[in-house]
Amino acid sequence: MTEPLLFELSSPGRVGCRLPDLDVPESPLPEGLTRRELCLPELSEREVVQHFTRLSQINFGVDTGFYPLGSCTMKYNPRLHEDVARLAGFTQIHPSQNESTVQGALQLMFELQRYLAEITGLPGVSLQPVAGAHGELTGMLIIRAYHLERGDEGRSIVLVPDSAHGTNPATAAMCGYSVSAVPSDRRGNIDVRELEKLADERVAGLMLTNPNTLGLFEEDVLRVSEIVHESGGLIYCDGANMNALLGVATPAELGADVLHLNLHKTFSTPHGGGGPGGGPTAVTRDLIPFLPVPRVARRETGESGTEDTEYYLDYEWPVSIGPVGGFYGNFGVMVKAYAYLRSLGAQGLREVSENAVLNANYILHQLRDYYQLSYDRTCLHECVFSGKTQASLGVHTLDIAKRLIDLGFHPPTVYFPLTVDEALMIEPTETESVETLDAFIAAMRQIAREAETDPELVRSAPHSAPVMRLDEVTAARKLDLRWQR
Amino acid sequence: MSSYIPNTNADRRRMLDTLGLDSVEELFEVIPADKRFPHLDLPRPLSEMEVRKLLGSLAERNADLDHHPCFLGAGAYRHFVPAAVDHIIARGEFYTAYTPYQPEASQGTLTSIYEFQTMICDLMGMDVANASMYDGATALAEAGLMAARVTRRDGLVVSSTLHPRYRQVLRTYTQGMGMEIRQVGHGDDGAVDLGQTTQLLDASTAALMVQYPNFLGCLEDVLALSELASSAGSLLVVCVDPLALGLLRPPGELGADIAVGEGQPLGNPLSYGGPYVGLFACRQRYLRQMPGRLVGMTRDSQGRRGFVLTLQPREQHIRREKATSNICTNEALVALAVTTYLALMGKQGLRQVAELCYHKAHYAAEEIAALPGFERLLGQFFKEFVIRTPVPPAEVNVSLWEQGIIGGYELGRDYPELDDCLLFCVTEMNSREEIDLLASALGEVGRER
Repeated sequence: MTEPLLFELSSPGRVGCRLPDLDVPESPLPEGLTRRELCLPELSEREVVQHFTRLSQINFGVDTGFYPLGSCTMKYNPRLHEDVARLAGFTQIHPSQNESTVQGALQLMFELQRYLAEITGLPGVSLQPVAGAHGELTGMLIIRAYHLERGDEGRSIVLVPDSAHGTNPATAAMCGYSVSAVPSDRRGNIDVRELEKLADERVAGLMLTNPNTLGLFEEDVLRVSEIVHESGGLIYCDGANMNALLGVATPAELGADVLHLNLHKTFSTPHGGGGPGGGPTAVTRDLIPFLPVPRVARRETGESGTEDTEYYLDYEWPVSIGPVGGFYGNFGVMVKAYAYLRSLGAQGLREVSENAVLNANYILHQLRDYYQLSYDRTCLHECVFSGKTQASLGVHTLDIAKRLIDLGFHPPTVYFPLTVDEALMIEPTETESVETLDAFIAAMRQIAREAETDPELVRSAPHSAPVMRLDEVTAARKLDLRWQR
Repeated sequence: MSSYIPNTNADRRRMLDTLGLDSVEELFEVIPADKRFPHLDLPRPLSEMEVRKLLGSLAERNADLDHHPCFLGAGAYRHFVPAAVDHIIARGEFYTAYTPYQPEASQGTLTSIYEFQTMICDLMGMDVANASMYDGATALAEAGLMAARVTRRDGLVVSSTLHPRYRQVLRTYTQGMGMEIRQVGHGDDGAVDLGQTTQLLDASTAALMVQYPNFLGCLEDVLALSELASSAGSLLVVCVDPLALGLLRPPGELGADIAVGEGQPLGNPLSYGGPYVGLFACRQRYLRQMPGRLVGMTRDSQGRRGFVLTLQPREQHIRREKATSNICTNEALVALAVTTYLALMGKQGLRQVAELCYHKAHYAAEEIAALPGFERLLGQFFKEFVIRTPVPPAEVNVSLWEQGIIGGYELGRDYPELDDCLLFCVTEMNSREEIDLLASALGEVGRER
C-alpha cells in the first residue's frame, strides 16, 4: 500500500507540538507585512511519527542490508557515534559563543585536523567543507589562489582523467577553468604519454583519484605527479577512495598537493540519505596560507614553560580563499569522525583498508567467471565489472541492479565509470562478513544464470520492492515537483 | 581487530586461500615499496567505554545553552525542537542510506524530499524548491551564480545588511568566475538604501541580493527592492529566516525571483554551526538553471505513485563541466528534520512560534531600551534588534557571562559604524524570567559605568 503524503493526511485544527503560552505583553504586529495564509499540513504527533516510520520502512540503508554502492564506501555506522554527537555539550553550543566557552569543541576540531594531516601526510587541514564536492571546490580554489599569488596568471586548464567523478570537471568549471580530459591506457591507468602532451604552462593542475574509479591503483602515480609538477601544475587528489589507503600509503608521498577526504565515506559518519557529510581539505605546507578562514588553531597561554594552551579561531590569513560555508563546517559530523579515529588508532585504520581490499578482491575473484572484467588486475577497495555479456542477452546493467533489490541487496553503482560499458561498480567495505559476501556472490551468479534462462524475470525487476520499476522518463517530461491540491 | 570488522583471522585465511595468496600484504604490491605501510603517529585505539568517557569530557568543556540563557542569533538560532524530530532522523533506514540513486529502494528518502520541496515552496511562496543545499551561505552563493546564468550578466549588487559571512562566501564562490560584486549600504532605519540601490543597479547586474529580516534584524521593503531590480532587468535574490515566514509575508509574494535561506531554525540544534541545511527556491521559469537535486512524482509499471530524482541532466554526473553546479548531494537528513518539524508544527504551530519570538523580542527590546544609557537603533524588526550600549559591547558580554548569560553579537567586527552596539536575539526559548534577568544584568552594567 502506498503511504499517503503529509498533505493528504492533514486534517484542519490538528497540531503536533504544544507550545507554551505567551508570558509577555503582546506588541502590535508589523502592518502590511504579516502573511495571510500559511499552507502547512495539520497533523498530530502520532500521525507524523507513524508517517515517517512507514516511510523509513520503504527505505534501504546500511542497517537494512548489504549496500555495495561503489565509490560511496557504505560502511557500518557505529551507534556510539550517534550517542556522543548528541551530547548537549556538542549540540547546544552556538557558533558565535566566546571561544573560551567552547574549548572542548575547538580542541576536538584541532585534534581531528592533526589526525587527518597525519593520515594524508598533508600538514594543513580545513574542516570547513561539508561534502566531497565542497572539498573539491575548496581545493581547486586553493590551487587557483596559489598560482595567482605567484603572478602565474596564464594557467586556465585543469586536466581530468576520463574515468573521474563528474564532480571533478564540474568543480574545475566553477573555478573558471576549462577542462581537458586525459585518456586511460589499456591497464586502466592514466595514459602517461597523453599526459606528457597535455601538461604544459597552461595547466593549473591535474585532478587525480587514486585508487581510481575502477578501483585500481594508478601504477604510474609517481611519474604522473612528476610530469604535472614539472609543468608547474599541482596535483589535486580526490580522496573519495581513501578507504583503500588508510595506513597503506599517504597521498602526500604519492605526490598530492591538495586532497579532500570524505568523513561520510572513509571515516564512518553516516551518509544521511545524501548529507550531511564532511569534506575536509588537506594541503601541503606551501598551500596552508590559502586554506579557508577561520582555521582552528592553538596557542600557549600563561607563563612560558607551563603547558597551558587555548584553542581559537584564526582569521589572520590575508591570502586565504575566504570561508566556504556559514560557520566552521559540519561540526556534528566531525564529532563522529573523531570518535571513529580514537576507536581505531593507526593499527585499526590499516586493518580497515586491508579488510576492505581483501573483501573487494574476494568478490572480484568469485564473480570473474560470470561477469566481464575490463581490466584484469588486483583491485583495491572496489571492483568494476561490465555487464556486456548479459547485455548481449538483452539484460542490461540496470536490470541486474533492480533484480538485486528483489534478492535483498542494494545495487552497486551502475553505469559509472563512463569508461566501462554497462559498468557495475562494487564496493563491499571492511564491515561486511564473508557470509554476506558469499550471499551477494550467490545472488549475482543467480542473476547471471537468469539472464540466460529467464531474461524477462530480470528485465521486469524489481518484483518485491515497495514499488515496481519507476518511470523516470515521464517524471522528467511531466514535471511534478510539489504536491498541489 | 576493531569490533566494526566481523571477519576473523580464520575467515581471512579462507578468503586468501581462495585467492591463492599467502598474506593480505600481497594485495598491496602495486604500491611503490618505499611508500607502502607508513608509520602513522595517532593516539592508541580506545574501547567504546573509553571513547564515550573521552567525548563526554570534551563536551563538558563547552558551556551549553541548556545551562545558560542565550541571546545570540546572527545566523544561527536556538529554537525548540520537538522530541519526535530526533527520533525520526535517528532511524537507521534514513540515516544509513545514501542519496537515492535506486528509487525502488529509496522511496522513504524520496517521498520525504518531495514533501520538503512542497513545504519550502509553500513557506517561501515560490514555484519550485530543490532538495536542499549545504547551508544558507552556500545557497546564497549558488543563487548568485544561478542569477548570472539566467541573465547572462556578471555583476551582483549585495546589501551590506546581508549576513557578513554570507557575503564572504559569495566572494569565495565567485572568485574564479570573473564576477563583480558591489555593495549597497543601509540607511538609519537599518534597511537597504533604496536611492543607492537605484544607482548601483545597471545593465550588468545579474541580481540584487538582500536578506529578510536582514542581519541587523530589520524588515526590508522587499517589494520596493523587487521593483528596482526588475526595472534594471536583474533578478531579486532574497535570503530569509524561514521561521520568520510563519508570520511574515513570503518572499514570493514580495517579488523575489530566487529565495534562499538557512533551514537550521526549523528543527535543528545549533551544533556549533553545523550540520545545517540550505533552502533554495525559485520561479518556475528559472527551473532549468537551478542547482541541486530535485525529486519528482511519477508512476511505476503498475501505475502506483512513486518518486524519483529528476531533471538530472542539469547535474554534474551527467553534464560534467557543463553542470549547473558541482553539488552532488544535499543535506538530506537535515532536510528530513526540517520536514518533520514543519509537519509537527503545522499551519498553527509555526505561526505561534513566530509570534512568540516576535512578542518576546519586542518585550526585551523595550525593557533594555528603557535602561539608562541603552538605546535601540534602527527600524522594524522580527526577533533580533540592535542596542547601543553605554560601555563597550565586549565588556557588556563579559559582565553578562559573569552571571552565566550568553549575551549578544558584537557588531563592531563586521560594521565599524556599529562598534558600540550589540545584536540581541530573543526566541520562544527565552522565558520572561530570562529576559528580565538579562535586562537587570544590563542595568547593573550601565550603573557600574
